[in-house]
Amino acid sequence: MTSGQPEPVPGTSQGPAVRRARPGSLSSSVAALRDAFGPAIERHFMSSGQTVVYLDPNRSHEVLAWLKDTPGQEYNYLTDVTAVDYRDPERPLEVVYQLRSLGRKADLRLKVALDKRVPLEVQSVYDLWRGADWLEREVYDMFGVTFVGHPDLRRILMWETYAEGHPLRKDFPLRGHFSRAEQTRQALAANPEAHYSLEELSIAETYGELPKEMQERLARGERGFLK
Amino acid sequence: MTLRTVEMALATPGVDAAGTPTRIPLGISDGDGQYREDLGAEHMLVNIGPQHPATHGVLRLVLELEGETVRRCIPHIGYLHSGFEKLGEYRQYNQIIPLTDRTDYLSPMANNVCLALTVEKLMGLELTERCKVLRVIACEMSRIISHLVWLGTTGIDLGAFTPFLWSFQERERIYNLQEAWTGARLTTSLTRVGGLMADIPEGWEEGLREFTRTFPKTLTEVDTMFTRNAIWIGRTQGVGALTAEEAINLSLSGPMLRASGVDYDVRKDRPYLDYETYEFDVPIGEHGDIYDRYRVRLEEMWQSNRILEQALDRLERLKGAPINVSDPRVVLPPKSRAMGDMEAMIFHFKQVMEGVKPPAGEVYMGVENPKGELGYYMVSDGTSKPVRWRIRPPSFINLSSLPTMCEGALLSDVIAINASVDIVMGEVDR
Repeated sequence: MTSGQPEPVPGTSQGPAVRRARPGSLSSSVAALRDAFGPAIERHFMSSGQTVVYLDPNRSHEVLAWLKDTPGQEYNYLTDVTAVDYRDPERPLEVVYQLRSLGRKADLRLKVALDKRVPLEVQSVYDLWRGADWLEREVYDMFGVTFVGHPDLRRILMWETYAEGHPLRKDFPLRGHFSRAEQTRQALAANPEAHYSLEELSIAETYGELPKEMQERLARGERGFLK
Repeated sequence: MTLRTVEMALATPGVDAAGTPTRIPLGISDGDGQYREDLGAEHMLVNIGPQHPATHGVLRLVLELEGETVRRCIPHIGYLHSGFEKLGEYRQYNQIIPLTDRTDYLSPMANNVCLALTVEKLMGLELTERCKVLRVIACEMSRIISHLVWLGTTGIDLGAFTPFLWSFQERERIYNLQEAWTGARLTTSLTRVGGLMADIPEGWEEGLREFTRTFPKTLTEVDTMFTRNAIWIGRTQGVGALTAEEAINLSLSGPMLRASGVDYDVRKDRPYLDYETYEFDVPIGEHGDIYDRYRVRLEEMWQSNRILEQALDRLERLKGAPINVSDPRVVLPPKSRAMGDMEAMIFHFKQVMEGVKPPAGEVYMGVENPKGELGYYMVSDGTSKPVRWRIRPPSFINLSSLPTMCEGALLSDVIAINASVDIVMGEVDR
């Protein structure tokens, strides 16, 4: 993707009802960023009137903190954190930050490109915006990006023992890696105590199939919260 | 032992004759079979959900309680995860619209509008006047029904049953209008890239006019019932309060953000669909508690009603105007032409087989949905299917503030706080 406007839409010159929307102008933050950080700002381009800036993965936290606190920038609102995995397997995975300044009514999109041949890691922005908590967990869950410094980086939408990988990666098939039969088998083989209390198990139809040790505990009349 | 305690022991399973609960362990074993007298008796773990009616869907909360005070709240989500974002990468742009119905299913039309706007922004399309007005009507109708569900269910959570019936009666009237327009009550799939699936049927405006005339009566009744009600005030004022700084730091949006006193509404600050030409006010709260969230949502319904009235006036002037852009590469030609005209048939075929093809690029489009700012981030590589379709889900991000709000609150307040976030699990889990 290069600088400048996207290609003209075919057919937009025909018919009075279809016109080009007003193009936006390049965010003034780009020049300020280049002055302040020089080589840490890799490249920028505009798409649909919105400014996108690529950051050096090792200095992303520093740049984002600067954008949040510097007078004249004041990007105090983290709209979104997400990631993009492109169809081209050679192309790096990108972590995307949507920033907004509520006071200045300005938006800026920042990207960090991560090489897929090495472990995917980027600094967490949890300490800058608490809103990044679940957003970063979701990116970790769906793309496998590790956010260094996040205090509670666990899967969020998939269950914590999910072993098939990261669903939104392009090398993950739409139906998942495991067949439905395999998924069912794994779910059944999982320790039932992890999901149900002893009390619930004692009345379940599958009582006879429970592990012997568990049956004994149930026979002794043990109830409730046990390790 | 009195007769009464014996009766109680028999009548109440889990309580012994002295009235002491037997089902809650009084100590914790380290696995060696030996109970140690009370390590955890002061703090208790309580699980709420995922099938609890007051969690508004399949939300599961694990609460650590000290007496009745919540020390820690751990939400577990994902029970309704459907992988819409992944599915979207295998669908043409117009085929994604039915998926948006199913995310925030309490305001499907507003989601449809957002998706169409995102792709149109990517393509640089300028919409027709009538389409914009109709989409504004769709968005504001959605806002009203979504807030009505919120009002009714939150009332029920806090013990008020009557307003629930009132709000669901009103909601039913909008659903009837929605059904008359789109043929569906819930899965509307109203928009298409470049326009709408269908124009409104004959005489539909009168139905909506009638609604805008009579709806304020219900709002006034709800206002009378709640706003100065001692129980309502007692349960909501000062509960789950967030300051403006906290709300911004937690990336909250919509009524949650505005109740904390932050004047931010996407319709005003980054207008789309010509919202800047409508007269309406954005209600702002002061204390950021449940009560202010209620006041903000109630006022938003008044304002939506105002916008609907203005939109209906504009619609009268635009009678018979086209709803779709005139480019056959974007919009399907009418069936009558496709069957008789060679060129139209080719465009029809290309549209159905390939769909619209936005240029390579990317766009983020945020709209003010009833729950907050819904944003779609779309990356296109020039083919007819997106490389990435990201939903910025307002419910998900608003819900992430729940642990912050619940710490130190009472167990009964957790239900109220959770209700005040106005979540819809279809959108939280996607």
